[in-house]
Amino acid sequence: MAQTRPKPPLPYRMRDIVLPGDAACPGCPIPMAWKVLAAVFREKMILVIPACCSSVVVGAYPGNSIKASVVHVAFASAAAVASGIAEALKKRGVNDVQVIAWAGDGGTADIGMASLSGAAERNHDMIYIMYDNEAYMNTGIQRSSSTPFGAWTTTTPIIGKTEHKKDVARIMIAHGVPYVATASIAYPHDFYAKLQKARRIRGFKFIHLHAPCPTGWRFDPKYTVEVAKLAVETGLWILYEYYDGKIRLSGPSRPYMDPAKRKPIEEYLKLQGRFKKITPEKIEEIKKYTEMYWDWIKRYM
Amino acid sequence: MGKVVPITGNYAVAYAAKMARVQVVAAYPITPQTSIVEKLAEFIESGELDAVMIRVESEHSALAATFGAALAGARAFTATSSHGLLYMHEWVHWTSRARVPVVMAIVTRTIGTPWNIWPDHGDFMDQRDTGWILGFGMDNQEVFDLTVQAFKISEDPRVYLPVMIGLEGFILGHTTMPVELPDQKELDDWLGPRRQGYVIDGREPLAIGNLAWPEDTEEMFMDIQKAMEEAKQVIKEVDESYGKLTGRRYGGLIQCVGCSNAKYIAIAMGAWAGDLIEAVQKLRDEGYPVGVARIRFVRPFPTEDLWKIINGVKGVIVFDRAISFGAWGQIYTDLVAGLAQYTRNLPVISDIVAGIGGVNVTHTDFYKLVKNFVDIVEKGEQPPVFTWYHKR
Ligand SMILES: Cc1ncc(C[n+]2csc(CCOP(=O)(O)OP(=O)(O)O)c2C)c(N)n1
Ligand code: SF4
Ligand SMILES: [Mg+2]
Repeated sequence: MAQTRPKPPLPYRMRDIVLPGDAACPGCPIPMAWKVLAAVFREKMILVIPACCSSVVVGAYPGNSIKASVVHVAFASAAAVASGIAEALKKRGVNDVQVIAWAGDGGTADIGMASLSGAAERNHDMIYIMYDNEAYMNTGIQRSSSTPFGAWTTTTPIIGKTEHKKDVARIMIAHGVPYVATASIAYPHDFYAKLQKARRIRGFKFIHLHAPCPTGWRFDPKYTVEVAKLAVETGLWILYEYYDGKIRLSGPSRPYMDPAKRKPIEEYLKLQGRFKKITPEKIEEIKKYTEMYWDWIKRYM
Repeated sequence: MGKVVPITGNYAVAYAAKMARVQVVAAYPITPQTSIVEKLAEFIESGELDAVMIRVESEHSALAATFGAALAGARAFTATSSHGLLYMHEWVHWTSRARVPVVMAIVTRTIGTPWNIWPDHGDFMDQRDTGWILGFGMDNQEVFDLTVQAFKISEDPRVYLPVMIGLEGFILGHTTMPVELPDQKELDDWLGPRRQGYVIDGREPLAIGNLAWPEDTEEMFMDIQKAMEEAKQVIKEVDESYGKLTGRRYGGLIQCVGCSNAKYIAIAMGAWAGDLIEAVQKLRDEGYPVGVARIRFVRPFPTEDLWKIINGVKGVIVFDRAISFGAWGQIYTDLVAGLAQYTRNLPVISDIVAGIGGVNVTHTDFYKLVKNFVDIVEKGEQPPVFTWYHKR
């Protein structure tokens, strides 16, 4: 296993922007990620949030668990509303505020795909963050196109999902936007650096954030970071950046180019109840798919 | 002084948006609305209008982006028709419930299936429950005037609601008529800068739309009902102040033609009200005491204004260019419901649904229908409450 040097803390004072008293489940990845956002943008951000767990996590009116601007929007529309806000701010000469579309995998990979594609193609100045908990959690763990192969959800209750995960970051790269990255809540420094990079680039930036959900994935809430780390260490989730036409593997994922350095996929799967009934054949299929993913990364590095 | 230009109804809308100095336009093409978007794109690219055009990928995103821009402090505008309007329906509600002032033109077109591009009012009337102020023009001049007025009404602190302005596709949308454009400077002074209840631009942390408990939610919606009530006064004031500016006053929520001494009232909305007025003029020449009340606003519904002219008449004939299947035309329904609060003895009221799917209804049809209605009532008989007038 790769040894990482201890990192200095992020420039963020706890309970400064992301306030206590949110409505998240214990071990929820969402407030963890917001703290990283707050470390970068402080209160100078407008989060555009479609229907998803986050719309509940921020809390009920008149409360708001985040000291930044929040615009709740209809499920399919995060990218479209953010487009309008970004253009209006530009027109009005407001240029010290970051517009961030913050959407789940369902709101991004499924119902929001058209508005995402439109905003990306028009290259509006925003950061779009897809926090990926790999199912529709807000409505009770239904399958999304971003649910991984073999996973149990309430709409794949017996057989498990029979299709692989949709690769949204790759779809965004195909749009030719200036910046695409993957990230993980287990690596806040990496996520922080990517947000810093993204804020300096004009145009459409997309970050695909892996966000394990204890409630939906059926693991003990104390393991959220552990599960997220294992996804990277097994090579299932690859951290990279894409800009200037090239993929650059990020630090935490670099060792795992070499399959021999990766932890066995089973270690990741066995922590999660959603893979309880997975068969050896399906695990083989996941391994094959993971190799294909790495091959693609290597080709564009 | 203004200048007169020969333009289509669609261009009248585009000129109005331009003269209102919209800052963001987000729209998606659909027949018969398209030439509004094209004209605005031309204004923007030529530099005549200092605005941003967001060429969105759907109507759902068109209103979403318009909402976003308006929320962030810009005067924003969009336009659509029938299927586009239905496609954005989720956002129609979201915008009004968030109390964000926005103006949208609806170039009406029949809803499919079957595919049909001719106008009726089905798409427009489908919006009655959305919390938008709904205005409808009769000719290109009024379409222009209503569209600039829409910004003033929408941005009035007593209202802060979005406004839709309707005009029939092709009949007005693609027909050229002379339109007087006011002087830009005078219009600027009259309209004033953008006003809205709150702006989300990141200058101070502000959240809109958080999950709300039932009581809080209900109170927010009660406030919309209150704003609709206030809008009646605002619409009249705006009609009056605009009248001072241009010499054109329409009468507020309704326009009356020959109502004061009428024993019968005919009611219609939109371009065909012009044909109705022509037919009624002829009937009056023949001694029929008929007046026309033209609906200019469907929301807020002009109950009080209509009661004032209907109180004491013998009969009312309503022409609806849309139908709520299984019930009646919507203007009829709203009228009867509204009048019921004033009297237990309603005059005879008949509903004629016609012109559906774009079927052409002319002043001769109106002449025949109104004459027939009056003749029946004069004989002391009861005309049918509901008729679907169909010619083939
Ligand atoms: C148009 C529309 N369809 C369905 C819903 C119901 N709905 C709300 S949130 C949600 C799932 C969200 O899933 P995702 O985007 O992955 O976010 P998560 O809840 O997992 O964080 C659904 C289906 C809705 N709000 N609007
Ligand atoms: S279901 Fe998952 S993502 Fe949603 S609030 Fe709970 S832990 Fe967070
Ligand atoms: Mg999800």
